[in-house]
Amino acid sequence: MEFFRIKKDIPFMRHSLVFNAISFATFLLAVFFIATRGLHLSVEFTGGTLVEVTYAEAQQLEPIRSALAADGNTDILVQHFGSARDVLIRLPNRDDVDSNGIADRVMATLHKMDTPAPELRRVEFVGPQVGKELASDGAMALLLVIIGIVVYLALRFEWRLGVATIIANLHDVIIILGFFAFFQWEFSLAVLAATLAVLGYSVNESVVIFDRVRETFRKKRGYTTEQVVDHAITSTISRTVITHGSTQMMVLSMLIFGGETLFYFSLALTIGICFGIYSSVLVASPLAIWLGMKREQFVKVKKEKEEAVV
Amino acid sequence: MNRYPLWKNLMIGLVLLWGLIYTLPNFYGEVPAVQLSSAKATLRLDTAAASDRVANALKDAGIEHDGIFSDAGSVRARFASTDIQLRAKDVIERAFNPDAEDPSYVVALNLLPASPAWLTAIHALPMYLGLDLRGGVHFLLEVDMPGALTKRLDSTTGDLRTLMRDKNVRHAGISREGNTVVIRFRDAAQRDAGRRAIQDSSNDLQLSERDAGADDLRLVATLTPQAQQTMRDFAIKQNITTLHNRINELGVAEPVIQQQGADRIVVQLPGVQDVAKAKDILGRTATLEVRMVDDTPGALEAALGGSIPFGTELYSERGGGPLLVRKQVVLTGDRLTDAQPGFDGQTNEPAVHLTLDAAGARIFRDVTRESVGKRMAILLIEKGKGEVVTAPVIRTEIGGGRVQISGRMTTTEANDVALLLRAGSLAAPMEIIEERTVGPSLGADNISKGFHSTLWGFIAIAVFMCLYYALFGIVSSIALAANLLLLVALLSLLQATLTLPGIAAMALTLGMAIDANVLINERIREELRNGSSPQAAIAAGYERAWNTILDSNVTSLIAGIALLVFGSGPVRGFAVVHCLGILTSMFSAILVSRMLINFIYGRRRKIDSLSIGQVWKPDSN
Repeated sequence: MEFFRIKKDIPFMRHSLVFNAISFATFLLAVFFIATRGLHLSVEFTGGTLVEVTYAEAQQLEPIRSALAADGNTDILVQHFGSARDVLIRLPNRDDVDSNGIADRVMATLHKMDTPAPELRRVEFVGPQVGKELASDGAMALLLVIIGIVVYLALRFEWRLGVATIIANLHDVIIILGFFAFFQWEFSLAVLAATLAVLGYSVNESVVIFDRVRETFRKKRGYTTEQVVDHAITSTISRTVITHGSTQMMVLSMLIFGGETLFYFSLALTIGICFGIYSSVLVASPLAIWLGMKREQFVKVKKEKEEAVV
Repeated sequence: MNRYPLWKNLMIGLVLLWGLIYTLPNFYGEVPAVQLSSAKATLRLDTAAASDRVANALKDAGIEHDGIFSDAGSVRARFASTDIQLRAKDVIERAFNPDAEDPSYVVALNLLPASPAWLTAIHALPMYLGLDLRGGVHFLLEVDMPGALTKRLDSTTGDLRTLMRDKNVRHAGISREGNTVVIRFRDAAQRDAGRRAIQDSSNDLQLSERDAGADDLRLVATLTPQAQQTMRDFAIKQNITTLHNRINELGVAEPVIQQQGADRIVVQLPGVQDVAKAKDILGRTATLEVRMVDDTPGALEAALGGSIPFGTELYSERGGGPLLVRKQVVLTGDRLTDAQPGFDGQTNEPAVHLTLDAAGARIFRDVTRESVGKRMAILLIEKGKGEVVTAPVIRTEIGGGRVQISGRMTTTEANDVALLLRAGSLAAPMEIIEERTVGPSLGADNISKGFHSTLWGFIAIAVFMCLYYALFGIVSSIALAANLLLLVALLSLLQATLTLPGIAAMALTLGMAIDANVLINERIREELRNGSSPQAAIAAGYERAWNTILDSNVTSLIAGIALLVFGSGPVRGFAVVHCLGILTSMFSAILVSRMLINFIYGRRRKIDSLSIGQVWKPDSN
């Protein structure tokens, strides 16, 4: 089997302006959705209480809502979780109520209802102190990844490649966030981890291509910079598709078998992998060219010995 | 040319063998067990003797066990089935706790790994599962440091008042204002005298002068930064100790109580479902009381005979005999500000130094003056039951609030007593700022979901690789399996907590690790396409792919480390597995796969073609 039978280098760079325009438009859309709709943050970030229970039979949500509301709770979110038997109840932290006992009170209310008593699956209570820290820690982690990757690529290749890669991949991160904002999917700590992992992962892609770019610069003397990049992308495209396909198979398996907890995690990975390929192949390379990538930066010019000829 | 030297093959073989051994315990599952530990802060479990007692008790009852194990604070016995486990629990309970009303030991049901003894002996244990996989309660508590500081300054205020009176310094009032203690004086001479007195008695206070008028001179005292730091460390250590003692009585098999950051404590109670009870116990205070011992001749004998004299109670002394103690409470634990182990200044014997606050010191001086030569008892009251921690003889009148208990004590005993006295109350109030409860059914579900995701993903990748790259694909799949083996072995060895995000990281890492083999295989195909001989293509393929693999793994590792440094809870669980997985994947994707390829092709002098799937050449079409 051989999927890719490419005779000539594909002139990707001829269309680089189009790729970047598409990319820029998606980026703007993502920013727009994040700004207008905002992220649907999980309890871990906002603070509050989350109670997950499971009933022996399918359960209507309305009675639970009214029972909890009658108990004096406000801003309650009651929804099915995975199946009609599983119910998720989310309550915010309030200043006037001791948030410590909320979960116990909710369970007491549910037990008092006419329906058969549910089984407690999970309680999560996050105090207001913790949420803010998590958000700032997440931002610090992102910053550390950006600095780390730019410095490593600058040392190993060229600062232009480092900057081009990080711009291309950061826009992936924004696009993932944009998806989560648009569909109002729950943004949890696990999704944050997936986002950062995917950042490291799609940088790989740029690294593989730039590695080829460096090699091609050294080997093919007559090529222009655009031709070198086209050649590098073409000769690695088979690997790009197979690797990402394999990783996506694993992620797909998590999407199918992983249940609710891993669902958004693998969804973030899926979006990240798809846009990661696009941006690190078709956005990072033109950016590097525009930043002024040249042969001289990769090939050490040997000083010719000046010997006097008599 | 494609041969590894013998040492390299041996090394890879040994690493794989190591991986296999340390992965093994994960396959044995768990067996029911009964765990015995001390229920009281005042009782230390002698594990060697307790093991024998457990063995004898089981033998007498005719119950067979599968081995008895002990560690620092507990003894555990394994059993073949849950029926036997329940019967054994009753037997052990009866043997160790003759008085069911006042249990001295906790006998809890537990699960132990079923792996053979030789594996346990080399510390090959199954992976340590997090609460989201096995069910339980997780609390994050925050110690109220400002509250502790206020408490400390309040007692300092009282101390200063006593000090001024003892040194005959006239002042116009002492009060706490915010985080400072302000002392007012009418004239400068008295202020200087006051300053000297304070500096002589303590170096924890920083003094500055502030004048509000000609006859309103002030001395402002604040705690020095060192003193504040010591106070914080002390507060958190004491709270952890106290939590330990209280959690013991819950009978949890393997509780985790750890400091996190400067002022937080993590408490994890696997298997506990009753959150309300757990919270109740965490929040309860044990109390400390000082009372006088009734030494009237014959009274103790009478009490033991059944007629307890009026106004007294019978208690037992820790590690000693019975003691008759008066009901009247001289002092409570609130008056005790500190208890530290140390040494007697003159005899150099081990001793415990107590510090009382000002009011406590006054009471103590009055009591000791009247009772020289008599014994006083210090009682620790937990769960409504008291026990005498120590009952020293009063040798002289003790003023100033500094008390020393010494004599007939070893250093360890002094440590224990100090710890128990401190355990009387929490140093600073705590608040639960995060709580997570996972039911046991959800835990089991999470394990099976994580396991199936990884399994099916792995199978999909392996099938595809074998179809697309033929023999090289099989080798890549074996390398990927080796990666999984090593990762599991490493996690088992480090006993890092495996959570559901951790399993997700395992799956994701496997999905990413295949990249290295794809890179290598594609390179070899490319070399073949360009007309290299098979042997040269293998060598060049591995060599050229190496740089790329290194670069791409380093960037992944950077992201992993950032998550590890800044992540908490679920993110950290993800990051640990992710980082370890990147390291094992480098080893297995490059060395293990190369070794296999070398075994297959390296020895042959002449190879016509490599089984790497179809290699398509542009010019042949």
